[in-house]
Amino acid sequence: MSNHTQIADEHFVFSASLKRQILITGIVGLVLFFLGVFLAGNSSHEEHGSGHASAMVASVEKGATAVAEEHGPSLMTRIYTSLWHNNVFFAGIGIIGLFFIAIQYAAQAGWSAPIKRIPLAVGHWIPIAGALMLVIWFAGNHDLFHWTHSDLYDKSSADYDEIIDGKGGYFFWPLASGSFPLFFILRLVLFFGIWFMFFNMIKKQMLQEDLEGGSQHWLTARKYSAIFLVFFAFSSSVAAWDWVMSIDTHWFSTMMGWYVFASWWVTGLAVITLIVSFLKDAGYLKMVNDNHLHDLGKFLFGFSVFWTYIWFSQFMLIFYAHIPEETVYFIQRREVAPYSWIFFTNLILNFVLPFLLLMPRDAKRKVAMLKVVCPIIIVGHWFDFYNMITPGIMKYSGGLGLLEIGLALVFGAAFLFVVLNSLTKFPLVAKQHPLMQESMNHHI
Amino acid sequence: MSEQKNYLVGIFNDEDVLLDAVHGIREKGVKIEEVYSPFPVHGLDEALGYRRSRLPIAAFLFGMTGTILALSTQIWMLGFDWPMIIGGKNHASIPPFIPVTFEFTVLLSAFGMVGTFFIVSDLKPYKWPKLHDIRCTDDKHVMAINLGSNKLSKNDISDILKKAGAEEVNEKSY
Repeated sequence: MSNHTQIADEHFVFSASLKRQILITGIVGLVLFFLGVFLAGNSSHEEHGSGHASAMVASVEKGATAVAEEHGPSLMTRIYTSLWHNNVFFAGIGIIGLFFIAIQYAAQAGWSAPIKRIPLAVGHWIPIAGALMLVIWFAGNHDLFHWTHSDLYDKSSADYDEIIDGKGGYFFWPLASGSFPLFFILRLVLFFGIWFMFFNMIKKQMLQEDLEGGSQHWLTARKYSAIFLVFFAFSSSVAAWDWVMSIDTHWFSTMMGWYVFASWWVTGLAVITLIVSFLKDAGYLKMVNDNHLHDLGKFLFGFSVFWTYIWFSQFMLIFYAHIPEETVYFIQRREVAPYSWIFFTNLILNFVLPFLLLMPRDAKRKVAMLKVVCPIIIVGHWFDFYNMITPGIMKYSGGLGLLEIGLALVFGAAFLFVVLNSLTKFPLVAKQHPLMQESMNHHI
Repeated sequence: MSEQKNYLVGIFNDEDVLLDAVHGIREKGVKIEEVYSPFPVHGLDEALGYRRSRLPIAAFLFGMTGTILALSTQIWMLGFDWPMIIGGKNHASIPPFIPVTFEFTVLLSAFGMVGTFFIVSDLKPYKWPKLHDIRCTDDKHVMAINLGSNKLSKNDISDILKKAGAEEVNEKSY
């Protein structure tokens, strides 16, 4: 029973009302952000006493006190923290767009042929995320990264830290420790540069295929995808050490690379599925049926469990071994709000709810349930990244208020605008994809 | 002994012909008892109008049983019946119990599913299935139509089967 439906020439129309809604979301986010800054600025004067007390708790940890932290982290630190948190989170979603496409090519998957343009649009966030990453790093490096303080590497200084000095080469090579972290910046630039390069190479093949047809473009894209996946397997891990784990400079976990990747991956899948669901509801993507949604749903279900597995593997080993230098990471995240409630909320939002809600077959096949679960996963992993990044910088005085929520809305609106805008630049469905017929007959 | 059952058995060579035949024959109001094929034919279950298997529900219930059993057993043993301190943790400390709980959940849901499947399909030792045609284990699709549950006459059904593309139509009685 082959289905020979003609491929309709579909183009996404980014309507003015949708643009306005996204813009309003962004503005609301900005207003909330400034309101949050204003409120935080006021309260930091009133609660000076308690801020000092928490800084003293933090100072129990050796090496955890920088000069600025003797009076608690400043408001600027809080803003940088939130910027870095949001940017790492959304950069991950962008790069997952490319990763999703590469996986489909490398696995020679046919089912995903009609939805591949959505991850392609998501990938357009990569260069913006890279630029923001550089800007935020240069603006807030001393606030964000304890290891950037040069006196840590100075043997004559009172703040000399033997452990961080031992890791100096990882940041500063080939320059002297404590100067400019050339190696770190080089990795940041190279990773984004090479990801963007692969993104452009694969995108070019995908769009060229629309015009010329044949299987040559598909084969070339598969080759690039395979090379990219090898590179990404390595670079995603190192990126996680650099951008997330190096915040807690003394601490290390061999699971961190996988942990960040798992979180990015399942968030990216949720974003892709959510956009597909909304497009489907708006009457686009006529070829996408319950079977394709089912596959996306299975991806979400499976990788939510995968994330949980990685989360547990990291937690369990540290919990059981009970080595002080390792457990400090979780102790910080269990003692004070908001980290403590996020610690458990994280598991409920990212494991319990997706696991139970997506378990029935029909839940994965219907847009209605996917539209409920995807936002839960996206918000859940935003909190997940919050708990990865904030406690290491803000110590015991991390905030979760209008400031953080506002910035998340600003980032979300900008991300959505870029993605939907780039979705209008090419046909919504590949025109001459060699596996399109297979995808139309896809049946599970 | 139960009543004698009379069957018309259609032999099909090609799965596409078979699928179209199943649709066509059911549209004419003929009840198909079962189709036997040497390999899974995509879409055959839907064509025959089978209800989806409820095995996943059984799997979930068995799995839940495993989770509850494993967790409660460990908490009772190590927390209450014979409290032990392991690695400086509390007596009934949950994280170390999770791997065992997970494995037991998988074990019970797998065994439970296999057992349920055996019972539901009436598979047991010394049970020999009736083979309408031995070639369904090799290279032919075999469609069995129970004449007792159909109103149309034997000849009519035989004609319908042949028109639908059956290579042979045989009679079988048990």
